[in-house]
Amino acid sequence: MSGTSPIVVLDGVEKSFGAVRALTGVTLELRRGECLGLVGHNGAGKSTLMNVLSGNLSPDAGRITVDGADITGRLTPQNAVAHGVRCVYQELSLCPNLTVAENARISHPSIAGVGWRRAARELISGMLDQIFPGHGISTDHLVGDLSIARRQMVEIARAFAVTRAEAKVVILDEPTSSLDGVAAKKLLAYVRRYVDAGGTCVLISHLLGEIFDTSDRIAVMRDGGVVALDRAKAFDRNSLVAAMGSVAERAPGQARGGAAIRETASIVVQARPRIPETLSLAAHKGEVVGLAGLSGQGQTELLVQVFDHAAGAQVSGEVALVAGDRQTDGIFPLWSIAENISIGSLRRFLKGPFLDHVAARAFAEEWRKRIGIRTPDVGQPILSLSGGNQQKALFARALGSPAEIIVMDDPMRGVDVGTKQEVYGMIRDEAAKGRTFLWYTTEMDELTNCDHVYVFREGGIVADLPRAEMTEERVLHASFRADA
Amino acid sequence: MNPRLLRGLLPPLSLAALLIAIFWLQPRTMSYFGLNLLLNLAVPIALAAIAQMFILCVNELDLSIGGFVSLVACITATWLHDTPLLGIAALAGLIAAYAALGALIHLRNLPSIVVTLGMSFVWLGLAVLVLPTPGGKAPEYIRALMTLKPPFIPFPIIAAVVIAIVVHIVLMRSAYGAVLRGAGGNPRSLERAGWSILKIKMTMFALAGFFGVLSGMALVGLTTSADANIALRYTLLSIAGVILGGGEFVGGRVSPIGAVIGAVTLALAGSFLSFLRLNPDWQIGAQGAILIIVLALRVLISRSEVRS
Repeated sequence: MSGTSPIVVLDGVEKSFGAVRALTGVTLELRRGECLGLVGHNGAGKSTLMNVLSGNLSPDAGRITVDGADITGRLTPQNAVAHGVRCVYQELSLCPNLTVAENARISHPSIAGVGWRRAARELISGMLDQIFPGHGISTDHLVGDLSIARRQMVEIARAFAVTRAEAKVVILDEPTSSLDGVAAKKLLAYVRRYVDAGGTCVLISHLLGEIFDTSDRIAVMRDGGVVALDRAKAFDRNSLVAAMGSVAERAPGQARGGAAIRETASIVVQARPRIPETLSLAAHKGEVVGLAGLSGQGQTELLVQVFDHAAGAQVSGEVALVAGDRQTDGIFPLWSIAENISIGSLRRFLKGPFLDHVAARAFAEEWRKRIGIRTPDVGQPILSLSGGNQQKALFARALGSPAEIIVMDDPMRGVDVGTKQEVYGMIRDEAAKGRTFLWYTTEMDELTNCDHVYVFREGGIVADLPRAEMTEERVLHASFRADA
Repeated sequence: MNPRLLRGLLPPLSLAALLIAIFWLQPRTMSYFGLNLLLNLAVPIALAAIAQMFILCVNELDLSIGGFVSLVACITATWLHDTPLLGIAALAGLIAAYAALGALIHLRNLPSIVVTLGMSFVWLGLAVLVLPTPGGKAPEYIRALMTLKPPFIPFPIIAAVVIAIVVHIVLMRSAYGAVLRGAGGNPRSLERAGWSILKIKMTMFALAGFFGVLSGMALVGLTTSADANIALRYTLLSIAGVILGGGEFVGGRVSPIGAVIGAVTLALAGSFLSFLRLNPDWQIGAQGAILIIVLALRVLISRSEVRS
């Protein structure tokens, strides 16, 4: 039974990060007594939308009304909480150094004064008992000592708990990702009870079964907009997955016949994720192998396994890595562009115990020209470059090294379209010369540049698709659980 | 035995071990008078350790606390003695300056190590300006408090217990204390819950300034006069005290009771080494060795915790 009166109204909400338009005019109504399921592929804008609603990001345009009051531009985290909007974030947001009860107090400022500890204990344990009966969590435990699943339970219970501040709208971002099946069922049953009592819930999940079982309506997001919105009963699994894919035909990639490579070239990488039920990955010499699926499903772990020549991976040849998270894994922020490029192949510039800086610099200069890094001087600091050009420098570091195998950890995050096209071309050229690429990407377009694609789900490989058989639809289907 | 309990017991056990060693070396210290003499310099160190603990709790580090305590000592021995109103205003101003430092570090996202290292020279320079040559005189009431002779239990022990309990209640038991510590554990979570990290940082730095002021006043009460370099070694002693007491550099895991115990342990270590007739030149190195031994024990305990 769906309610009718809207509690939150989003009208043409837009948000951009630099050149990337994360939300392109979202218009959406959340109604009282309703659970809205929100689905979409990586980067569709779900998390951005949720951060706007919870006041962590302020939108560039559009209006937000909560409970009849227009609070556009005044939506801070504090204000959102005051209006009864609560969030359960995917990356947990509890303080590990505090107890369960103290964490409850953090998000419920009205618990104060003498006896606050008892009040906080009663609040959180009462809520835990209601949602997850038999949870076995003591409110005096430090959160850092709890398992991930129990932390998730605490965070969920904290969001639903009612003190002076009401919980009118609760947004759950992948709430069941670290819960076992039993706990997940308890949570979803509670969501239904909460909604039936007049609450509003937004459920973001990639387990479509959960979405169908729990939601009244389903909104599908793609490329920063809501592309489909209807009663849950109006969708089935196929129509939902189809709505998440893109309508427009993408430009065909330039991948050559992957099958031909597979028949003739030797295998240089063979790796198997460290979970019991999974396919294994094989990469042949000169092949571009794509690692697809939703983000964080074990792709990076496999790349690291290959990079480390760890158990479970047979790798013949040296491996170089192109990091995706430039700031933490990639650049040396205080070094020059030249130093950042030449660090990947320092050994070749050795003159006795010393480095030949002139040769290193000449090498960096050569790569600047080959790869088109837009700077007048490779002696400039790396941070003088735009994000895309910093990424090019990281490519230069990997491609300039003697490594025959290049693993790439979602390297195009936040890179502009022009740069992307140049880099795709470079990857193809290098592959033609016999280098092998393992390319984890969260962008569907980039898979068309691969000769062979493996789809990851929950830490394992669930589909093995040659280029000829790879379609967006098949990748999406494999990314979501079939039984869901 | 439960590793967590063992880790919690490590600071008091180290203190007990040191005390027993001292009593064994020098049985005369096992008296009211002996304990008083042994422990009275531990009080200002404990206060400085508490100040440092507030800073460490929000994942920052204060390298200026030694210079700051020196400056407070100089002001206490001069202005607070001669013109009490000016003295009080100056000390209150110093606490406000600490809060402002916290704001600066947070707003400009500066490394606190660099800012406080710079500030340590500022405090020292001001101290020299206030009191160019060693001297001054402690105000009578502070002197009277620090030389109090309560019946049965020596004053330094009472003072240490009171400091530990008061700060424990404020930081570990109060509702707002949970928020303050939470800022060290997961600042993002606090922001999302609507708390201002700026306010929290300013509060913590102001508390550190307040306890720094108390430390300087207590020190002058014991020494009766001041000197611009009087407390420079407090910077390292305070950090070592917090860590020795079970605190961590990041993550908001600190313990006021532990910090006081750690500070007392370090103060006693000095006496222990002189009872051993160790050359004073070696004392700092020997204190370092004690620190390394205790921290190594803690690492061993943590490892067994991970294994179990």
